[in-house]
Amino acid sequence: MEDLIAIRGVRYARRRLLDWVGEVGRVAMLLGDAFRLTLPALRSFGLIVQQMGVIGVGSLWLVTVVSLFTGAVAAVQAAYQFSSVVPLKYLGAVIIRSVIIELGPVLTALVVGGRVGASIAAELGTMKVTEQIDALRAMAINPVRYLVVPRLLASIVMLPVVTVFANAIAIFGGFVVGVTAVGVSPHTYVVGLKQFFFMKDLYSGLLKAMFFGGIIGTMGCYYGFATEGGAEGVGQATTRAVVGSCVLVLISDYVLANVLFRFIFAE
Amino acid sequence: MIRIRGLKKRLGTNQVLDGVDLDIRTGETVVVIGRSGSGKSVLLKHVVGLMTPDAGSIEVDGENIVGLKESDLNRVRKRFGMLFQGSALFDSLTVGENVGLALREHDRRADAEVRARVAERLEWVGLQGSEAMKPASLSGGMRKRVGLARAIAMDPQFILYDEPTTGLDPIMADVIDQLIREMQRRMGVTSIVVTHDLASAFKVGDRFAMLHDGKMVFEGTTEETRNTANPLVRQFVEGSSAGPIRV
Repeated sequence: MEDLIAIRGVRYARRRLLDWVGEVGRVAMLLGDAFRLTLPALRSFGLIVQQMGVIGVGSLWLVTVVSLFTGAVAAVQAAYQFSSVVPLKYLGAVIIRSVIIELGPVLTALVVGGRVGASIAAELGTMKVTEQIDALRAMAINPVRYLVVPRLLASIVMLPVVTVFANAIAIFGGFVVGVTAVGVSPHTYVVGLKQFFFMKDLYSGLLKAMFFGGIIGTMGCYYGFATEGGAEGVGQATTRAVVGSCVLVLISDYVLANVLFRFIFAE
Repeated sequence: MIRIRGLKKRLGTNQVLDGVDLDIRTGETVVVIGRSGSGKSVLLKHVVGLMTPDAGSIEVDGENIVGLKESDLNRVRKRFGMLFQGSALFDSLTVGENVGLALREHDRRADAEVRARVAERLEWVGLQGSEAMKPASLSGGMRKRVGLARAIAMDPQFILYDEPTTGLDPIMADVIDQLIREMQRRMGVTSIVVTHDLASAFKVGDRFAMLHDGKMVFEGTTEETRNTANPLVRQFVEGSSAGPIRV
C-alpha cells in the first residue's frame, strides 16, 4: 500500500515536472518569436503607443495611492525603528534608498502586474476563445507581432516610467508623515534625501523595473494565448498570469539584487 | 481548386478526421454538412492552415499547404477569406477598422483608398455608413455581415464559411444566404460552406458533402442529395432521430 502511494507520488511529481519544463519551453518560444518579430512590429508604432497608454497612464491612479501610503508607512516604520538608536535626520536617507532600490520597483511591479497582467491575459484569452486570434492568423497577420510585441514592449518601457513616478510619490508620502507626525523638519528631510541619493541606486531600481515589465507582459501574453475553453478558461488564465507575474517578480528581485549589488554596482 | 486527400486529425482521444477526401473545384460552392461536433469546423481550419493535420494533404491550386513555413502559409492565406462561426470581430476595433485591417497590414495602402474599399465592401453587405460602430453594439446578423465584409476585403479567391447562419432568425439567415450567392456571382470565388442548417445549405450549395465519423460518407449535387438512398444523408436531411446515426 505504501509502495503504491510512493509510486503514485513519484509519477505525480514527474508529471508536474514535465508540465513545468514544457511550460518554460513554451514561454521561451513565445519570447523567441516576440524578439524575432520586434522589428516588423515597430512598423505599427501606433499599437505600441496605444498599449503604453493602457499600461502606463492607466496605472497611474492606482500607483499613486499605493506609493503614497508606502512612503507614509516607510516613514512611520523607520521612525519607530530609529527610536533612541539612530538620529531622525537620517529619515529622508533611509526612505529614498529603500524606495528607489526596492519598494518603488517591486511594489509598482506587483500592483501593475496585478492590474495589467490580468487585463492582458483576460483580453488575449477572450480573443483566443472567441476565435479572434484564429481570425488574425487566417488574415495572414501574425498574432505575436500584432498582439504580443506591442504589449511586451509597452510593459518594458512603461514600468520604469511608472516606477520613477511611484518613487517620487512615495518620497513625498514619507515627507508628509515625517514632517507632520514624526517631527522631522522639511529641511532635515530634504538634506537626508540629497545626502544619500546615488545615481546607481536609481539605475538599479529602473533596471529591475524594466525586467519586471518584461515578466508582466510575458506572463499576461503567454497565459492569454494558452487559454482553453470558455469563461472558466479566461478566469484561470487571468489568475495564472497574476500569480506567475507576482512570484517571478519576487524571485527575480532576489536574483537581480545579487547581480546588481554584488557585481555590476559593487563598491 | 482545393484537393483534400486522406486528412486525419486526432484531438485528445477523439479521431475527429479519419481520412477525409474532398475536391472543391474552382468557382463552385461546396457545402459540408454533418452533425454538430462531426469535425466540419476542424476541416475548415485545416484548409486555411489554422490546424495541422496528423496525416494527409491539402492542395490549393496544386500546392500542398501541409508543412509549409508560416511565411509561405501566409502567402496562401492572403488568397482566402474566412467567415467565423461567431464572426470573430475584433472587439477593440470599429467596424471600419475590422474590415480594413488586412488592407492596412498587408498592402500599406493610402488611407483614402482603404476607406473607399471598406465603404464599398460594407455597402455590398448592406451596412453602408456603419464604419464607426463598435462590434459590441451590433446584432448577430450585422456581426455576420461585417465578418463577411472583412472576409472579402482583400478580394479573396476562396471564401470559407463556418456555420454562416447559426443563431440567426430565418429572415436574417436568408439575407446571409443571398449574400453568399451574391459574392459568388460578383467575385467568382470558390467557397466551402460548413453548416448543419439544411435550408441554408440548399440555397447556397452547388455540391454537397457529408462528414460523419471522421469520413466523407457522401458527395453529390443538390438533386442527388435530396433524392439519395444513403441512409445517413436521408436521416440528416429528414431530421429524424431514428436511423443509423446514433444520438
